[in-house]
Amino acid sequence: MLETFPSQALFGGILIGFSAVLLLAFNGRTAGISGILYNLLYNPLSGTERNWRLCFMAGLVGGAYFMLPVEFELRQGYSPVLLIASGLAVGIGTRIGNGCTSGHGVCGIGMLSVRSIAATVAFMISGILTVTILRNFIG
Amino acid sequence: MQRLIIALASGLIFGAGLVISEMANPVKVQNFLDPFGHWDPSLAFVMGGAVMVTLGTSRFIMKRKAPIFADQFYISLKTSIDRPLIIGASLFGIGWGLSGYCPGPGIINAVINPIEALVFLPALVIGGWIGQRYSVRGNSIQH
Repeated sequence: MLETFPSQALFGGILIGFSAVLLLAFNGRTAGISGILYNLLYNPLSGTERNWRLCFMAGLVGGAYFMLPVEFELRQGYSPVLLIASGLAVGIGTRIGNGCTSGHGVCGIGMLSVRSIAATVAFMISGILTVTILRNFIG
Repeated sequence: MQRLIIALASGLIFGAGLVISEMANPVKVQNFLDPFGHWDPSLAFVMGGAVMVTLGTSRFIMKRKAPIFADQFYISLKTSIDRPLIIGASLFGIGWGLSGYCPGPGIINAVINPIEALVFLPALVIGGWIGQRYSVRGNSIQH
């Protein structure tokens, strides 16, 4: 399955883990992207409560920007209907389920939270089912 | 001020990690979620690497009375696996599979593939708003 050892994936993953540890150890916060986003959008915050989240988001986008141009080929012509359905499902799902790949998958599992482990199992299974159905029966 | 610098640094490292690891490549993510087809297991090393770091350190960090620059830890104390958690996570997995974007890669896509970000991000924000409206009372925003 793997032709070469995925050292980039491992290194990138270690960076993500380090980022989460930094935020937890110094600020006592979970590096959960969906939670940080929704708190900014839907919670009336002010002062440091708002500003650290803005700083994190600016860093997130800035960190990606510094890595440009990316090594992979950009996808073109993907179905806008799928993109919209995806955005809606990710938005509703991460809000109701209180977290995404980062909050549950990286931070929560790191804390051995049973909720996060259960959530990660659930989104991995439904993600695999979705791609399998999408590729074999629809697209 | 210290906390803002840490948040900025944490964001920068996270964003760089998403690009370096290729989590920001939606085709690769969909291949990772396709074990019965074009399976590309390499992204397992992203979560593996990240969890290795958090698992190895979180318990030592949490032994402290408080974080270094704040007076307390702000983490979820919930322990029960309830219906909103499983329904929400499952719905999120469906959305993740449909495009290959989870929230982080979806957001940084604004500077990587803005054409797709222009369609995905408004839907993500509207979805979050719908989830917020229909979330049960007391289901505060956590991760």
